[in-house]
Amino acid sequence: MAHHHGGTAVKVASGTTRVALVGSPNSGKTTLFNALTGLRAKTGNYPGVTVARFEGSVRTTDGEIVLEDLPGTYSLDAISPDEQIVTQVLDGEDLSVATPDAVLVLLDATTLRRSLGLLAQVLQVGLPTAVVLTFGDELARRQGELDVPALQRALGVRVIPVVAGTRDDLGVLREELARPDSWQAPIVPPPVDSTELREWADSVLDTAGYRLPEADRRTARIDSVLLHPVWGTAVFFVTMFAFFQVIFTLAAPLQDLVQAGFDWLAGVIADNVHGPFGGFLSSALIGGVGSVLVFLPQIVLLFLMIAVLEGSGYLSRAAFLMDRIMARAGLEGRAFVALLSALACAIPGIMATRSLPSARDRIATMMAAPLMTCSARLTVYVLLVGLLVDPSTRFGPVGAQGLVMFCLYLGGALAAMGTAWLFKKFTGRHGPVLPFYMEMPSYRLPRARSVAVAVWDAAKGFLSKVGRIILVVTIVLWLLLNLPARGTSDFRAAGINPDDTTATSSYVLDHSFAADAGRAVEPVFEPLGFDWRINVGVLASLSAREVFVATLGQVAAADNPDSPTTALQQMQTPDGHGGERKLFDAPTTAALLTFFLFALQCMSTIGVMRRETGTWRWPAIAFGYMFALAWTMAFVVHSVVSAVA
Amino acid sequence: MSLVSEILAGRQLPAVEASQADADTSATSLAGLRVGDEAAVTGFAAAAPAATTRRLHDLGFAPGAPISVIRKAPLGDPIVFRVAGYEIALRREQAKLIRVDA
Repeated sequence: MAHHHGGTAVKVASGTTRVALVGSPNSGKTTLFNALTGLRAKTGNYPGVTVARFEGSVRTTDGEIVLEDLPGTYSLDAISPDEQIVTQVLDGEDLSVATPDAVLVLLDATTLRRSLGLLAQVLQVGLPTAVVLTFGDELARRQGELDVPALQRALGVRVIPVVAGTRDDLGVLREELARPDSWQAPIVPPPVDSTELREWADSVLDTAGYRLPEADRRTARIDSVLLHPVWGTAVFFVTMFAFFQVIFTLAAPLQDLVQAGFDWLAGVIADNVHGPFGGFLSSALIGGVGSVLVFLPQIVLLFLMIAVLEGSGYLSRAAFLMDRIMARAGLEGRAFVALLSALACAIPGIMATRSLPSARDRIATMMAAPLMTCSARLTVYVLLVGLLVDPSTRFGPVGAQGLVMFCLYLGGALAAMGTAWLFKKFTGRHGPVLPFYMEMPSYRLPRARSVAVAVWDAAKGFLSKVGRIILVVTIVLWLLLNLPARGTSDFRAAGINPDDTTATSSYVLDHSFAADAGRAVEPVFEPLGFDWRINVGVLASLSAREVFVATLGQVAAADNPDSPTTALQQMQTPDGHGGERKLFDAPTTAALLTFFLFALQCMSTIGVMRRETGTWRWPAIAFGYMFALAWTMAFVVHSVVSAVA
Repeated sequence: MSLVSEILAGRQLPAVEASQADADTSATSLAGLRVGDEAAVTGFAAAAPAATTRRLHDLGFAPGAPISVIRKAPLGDPIVFRVAGYEIALRREQAKLIRVDA
């Protein structure tokens, strides 16, 4: 790929042109990428590493080109695997990854002095380059000044100002993207050594009549409250607490609606389609998949709030406030962002550890991330908290269900911190000490489009997971719960009236393959109050935690297809003293919640951990310690609640 | 032409040897400043790892750059600085590596 060097323009066939998007974090890079590519972006991985690769096709005024969104970086002098990729992609002499035909460098007008350093480094590479200038509007608002045509002359490359997201500016950009082969690659690139770089930047900024923006007064005013030692800390906890209250109060009516719809559908099918196929439709498909789909409103709300917090700039403030506490666990503020992503799902959380330069920090954060309450656990929690706490119980203005949920999230977070601390301690020897720094961006109104894309991606991911893994597991489970097949003679032999559907289906369930598996592990889970039905759910949930809900949905639907939720509440089990108790009594439900809080019931997480660490050792350790922790804590909770109740 | 990463890794930044008294009180480092103080960067502590100083340099803490201290976190660490027209938080540990003229 040496033909990229020497400042010559690259001739490429139209339609296959690849342009890389380079910029620092917070420069509006993702917003611009989303605006240019719409929802046609594809994600993948770079060869050999698991740094996520975002590519999308962009409609230019002359056909389509491929735009590659490189990870955000402040420098090509890489200190983390993420940044290493940017350097490798741009460097034509590095043959491990494909070099793009041209580079689009995103410069934030409010941080132009710093950003010129990155631009100088990119220009060293010698690829045809154009500059996109963002946040010019904010520069003007903060009394900064910049003459864009003069900047273009001083830099010697095309400069296109955009207010990311508005269509007029993007029109100009789309025109430029149609002919990246006409972009310049300076024959003599700017210097990168400290003194010469400073002189070059000074002369460029001088020529462009640049005046540094004043400190953003709005941001300063907001920060004086949000980062105040007392008020800021209070606001942080209130924000986190409100977060969970919102998920519940706003999602509840929507969920009820979805649930009612599925219950009705299951009832209709059970009434009209008879025989095993009707049972399959109403229990496996509607009961199983439906019981997971009701959580879509909550997933959407969760991601909506994370996207808004991130887009507004508050997430950096939260990391700033949390840094000292993270330091207690031997981690840094950026690990907080990884752990916060793990609230959505452990997988992006584990993948986010790639922004951590230290290998030890990465391992410790990876071991901790699966303890953060992910959205899959949320589905299990909602079901179990619903069984444990009456929705009308309130403490003043605070709903008891939301309170329990807050405690579960807090428990997960504390366990994650403790784990990180332990692993940091035991993984021994000091690696190189890498710097911690975190930009505090100005508060900005989150772009509706970016928020919408984040929510859409989450909903799509959740639905495709339901569509693939959960649907398959649900079908397999239904077979295991209903096989071996029983006929009229079996029921007669067991003394059951073959016309009594409730009795026959509970007989089939009791003697199914799944029941055998559930009973086989009974000695392990019996001290926690779990019976074989819960065990089946726990075993099945290894594929994905939501499956637990789907399994109970199926088991309950077999009992009472018209209202599986009521069936769960009324389910009975032998109490060990010759009598019967409610299966989901307080000690068992609390123990189950605790078990799910700690256990690594997720194959995908194990797979990602294997991929990220390159060995089975860490996923094995993670699964082992989390299971031991989960069992022990669930046993303690079961004993305590039994004693109290 | 060698790899860009090699060119960048070969960059030399001025090391400023602190006197013993300064090293003890961190009086001439960014960590020794109070909220509201302003100073200009003179260089980096000689003991600082080269990769760290190069990154701090790329973040705007270049020799000659004016810095002001904006605020400290509730427990005094990390510290938010204003440099090159933007705000960035550093831990004391890193702030100590940056020598200033105040």
